[in-house]
Amino acid sequence: MAEPIISADNLDLFYGDFQALYGIHLDFQPNQISALIGPSGCGKSTFLRCLNRMNDMIDGVTITGTVQFHGENIYSPQTNLVELRKSIGMVFQQPNPFPFSVYDNITYGLRIAGIRDKQKLDEIVERSLKQAAVWDEVKDNLYDNALSFSGGQQQRICIARVLAVSPSVILMDEPTSALDPISSAKIENTLLELKKDYTIIIVTHNLQQASRISDKTAFFMEGRVVEYDDTTKMFVNPDEKQTEDYVSGRFG
Amino acid sequence: MQNQKLAKQLMKKSKTARYERFGHLLSLSALLLIMAIVLGIIVFVASKGLATFFKDGVSVKDFFTGTLWNPGTKTPAGHQAVGALPMIVGSFLVTILAALLSTPFAIGTAVYMTEISPKRGAKILQPVTELLVGIPSVVYGFIGLSVVVPFVRNTFGGSGFGILSGTFVLFVMILPTIVSMTVDSLRGVPQFYRQASLALGATKWQTIWKVVLRAATPGILTAVVFGMARAFGEALAVQMVIGNAALMPQNLTSPASTLTSVLTAGMGNTVMGSLQNDALWSLALVLLVMSLFFNLLVHMIGRKGAFKK
Repeated sequence: MAEPIISADNLDLFYGDFQALYGIHLDFQPNQISALIGPSGCGKSTFLRCLNRMNDMIDGVTITGTVQFHGENIYSPQTNLVELRKSIGMVFQQPNPFPFSVYDNITYGLRIAGIRDKQKLDEIVERSLKQAAVWDEVKDNLYDNALSFSGGQQQRICIARVLAVSPSVILMDEPTSALDPISSAKIENTLLELKKDYTIIIVTHNLQQASRISDKTAFFMEGRVVEYDDTTKMFVNPDEKQTEDYVSGRFG
Repeated sequence: MQNQKLAKQLMKKSKTARYERFGHLLSLSALLLIMAIVLGIIVFVASKGLATFFKDGVSVKDFFTGTLWNPGTKTPAGHQAVGALPMIVGSFLVTILAALLSTPFAIGTAVYMTEISPKRGAKILQPVTELLVGIPSVVYGFIGLSVVVPFVRNTFGGSGFGILSGTFVLFVMILPTIVSMTVDSLRGVPQFYRQASLALGATKWQTIWKVVLRAATPGILTAVVFGMARAFGEALAVQMVIGNAALMPQNLTSPASTLTSVLTAGMGNTVMGSLQNDALWSLALVLLVMSLFFNLLVHMIGRKGAFKK
């Protein structure tokens, strides 16, 4: 097995006095799609947000344990948050393009990183939008407000915006839950394409989606990882009774 | 028998339905009354203000371009001396200068209150800005007269009365308006824009500068226009520090006047229906038209920049 690109070890998280995550230990392999599933409130999104330190913004959150990214603990005080978030991109549940043009959205991350060369920006815009499978739909309207596109297109624009800064890992927090099935299918196909170049960790409520696209699946319950294994095994022949009950729809 | 009783009951108007109709009528009549008052004011001011041109035969061109204001007398060229240009220029100068001075401070304060230290902002700065709004304008004028005017006199020379003192006083007066409205528009920027920006590796400062302020620009412009409307219409405080000479301002420290200051100074001293009185109404009409214009501007900005969430 390859060296894991991200590995969380003994990760506890508290919101004030409330403990939301208990000793999470998970390794993620490069160039795989890993799905995090579990009932609402089980901590899967909270865990995802630990991986690019988005929980730092919330008052009263304490995190103990480590998250290694390429062997470095991202919770060490020396971590450069800006660089970390460039390497570990994030796509949110609600499509959240900025209220600017598509072009300005895609180049946002590059411009704040100081890239001004118009030709280079143009190239990256085209490449990212193509990778996110939305180029054909927006190429004639690159200077239109991103909010004028449909929800599915907006979400793929957001994916392109993340791809533009060339991360190695993309975190996705229920990226298709606000979208219709056709848009969801397009995004799923996009993810399968992206797997070649990126590591993807996706939180999803949609079990079929997890079984369709992911290589590995982690099942969360009440802040703990119940089981983490190859997706096929998780859905066909899981070790734990709870996992079997959940994936077969007996609860949750 | 039962059914008939039920049918009868259903056909009868219930008590709640009558209340509903009553409430509807009540709110409609309130609305109509206010509309009538507003319309009445506009018609009244317009008929009085236009009398200068129709009844007293002053040409519109003389009114807007003439620089001599002494209604009832004639200019050397033989026209009526009702040139309002000095006041119009004075009003616009203090308004624009005060807005230019206030806006950067207001945006800075608002950013601090919403983005940098929301807790301290809500606890200390919010009450302070609200207090500033509540201070009566005569108090501002008094402070202006006793502090700002001597300061300007000692620093820049002249009498101390003039556009510059008016600007300083208005700067403080419109600051809270612009701050509180800018705060509202910054708070209206959805949280997920900030998250998206930070998740892309932007620093907090980059996020504020390139996303939050940009997304809030229509709201900030609206705030500035409201501040300008307040500055344009402020009478008392400006009158106390501007010097009240109906002359073209030669520089920022020479005594000048605004539309409002001439109005407040002159309105007790004229006879209804005389040219002197009509000329003041014309100034009032200009003020009214300007405030309508500011309102229109706010609506246009609002429509153009409305958030699509």
